[in-house]
Amino acid sequence: MKIEVKNLTKSYGDNTALDSVSFTLNDPKIYGLLGRNGAGKTTFMEILSGHLLPTKGEVLINDEKPFDNRKITESICLIKEGDNFKKDLTVKNVLKIYSYFYPNWDQALANDLIKEYNLKLTAPIKTLSKGMESALGIIVGLASKAPITIFDEPYIGLDAAARKRFYELLLSEYEKQKRTIIFSTHLIDEVSLLFEEVLILQEGKLILHEEADTLRHNTCAVSGSIEQVEAFIEDKEVIDKKELAGMMTAYIYENMEHAKKSGLAVEGVPIQELMIYLTEQKGA
Amino acid sequence: MAQKLDENRPIYLQIKEYVEDSIINETLKAGDRVPSTNEFATFFNINPATAAKGVNELVYEGILYKRRGIGMFVTENARQILLAKRKEEFYEHYLLPLKDEAKKLEISNEQLVEMIYREGNELEN
Repeated sequence: MKIEVKNLTKSYGDNTALDSVSFTLNDPKIYGLLGRNGAGKTTFMEILSGHLLPTKGEVLINDEKPFDNRKITESICLIKEGDNFKKDLTVKNVLKIYSYFYPNWDQALANDLIKEYNLKLTAPIKTLSKGMESALGIIVGLASKAPITIFDEPYIGLDAAARKRFYELLLSEYEKQKRTIIFSTHLIDEVSLLFEEVLILQEGKLILHEEADTLRHNTCAVSGSIEQVEAFIEDKEVIDKKELAGMMTAYIYENMEHAKKSGLAVEGVPIQELMIYLTEQKGA
Repeated sequence: MAQKLDENRPIYLQIKEYVEDSIINETLKAGDRVPSTNEFATFFNINPATAAKGVNELVYEGILYKRRGIGMFVTENARQILLAKRKEEFYEHYLLPLKDEAKKLEISNEQLVEMIYREGNELEN
């Protein structure tokens, strides 16, 4: 499904959560939506899912607005950090309700995953631990088979092994059937290999939208004496730089192979670090 | 063979190198089927599109060929092409860094050559 975001703005009083954000997601890919706390990620995902109205601008999904639009919302499944389900329902009830709402619901997958994550069907939501509630969110998100599935930090309380299993499940479901998956997380190192494209929000603005491997190819850290590095980066876009004992490391947008020809020491920059350098508050 | 990918470098290049190395050391021979993009994705926990990009470049370079509905296979000349390419890159990737480090440590070219022979003798003995 095609997602078009046009000048999307959301304000809460004097606070601007999203500031004229525009981009288009055409294909069913796995997208990483990254940014610091308060960057506007959750607000964006709630507008996309039709849970919130924008202040200005619009989101169009296959040319239609999602808000109060059943035809669109039944193809979007948003799994949030917590409070996805009513506390008094049982696990079984939750699955039943979601199976009615999502036309592509995969009950067999839900059953398998319930067993795999050791959930009891008769347990009320309020008796589940944080990790178990997160597991249920993940199960619902995967089994929904919604053409747009959104995970917003879906794994509070899940241990490393359970998270790893989630990544494997996400990947195998995606391999079986391509769908748009938008994944927002702070544990970037764990998942960045799953992303095909990366979007970074900062203070309500979209500051980067790029293919993940292109980013790895076209960003690098160059190190050498201060004069050498300064001379090399003069005409380049510099993300960040630091100095120690006459040596300098600069993080720049530049093809790694080109940079290597300069004779300086060149290293790649993982997406997690790139995000940090890009969004660090300067001089604060 | 590396089981874990280096997050600092483009992933598709590493998939490409993985297949190339397997062909060079003859784990994969001419006519053998190479893993599908999904198999690569599952093994390394990476996006299948990224794996596909690496494999497709190898098709483009004549290392692999596609048989519709069956998969990707190693071409007859794959190993020869790769050996020629890797030999060309050898100077840039291995000798230049070696010479740079030698220069920094004030090791002369003569001393370098001597070291190469010394290492060779040890291996032969």
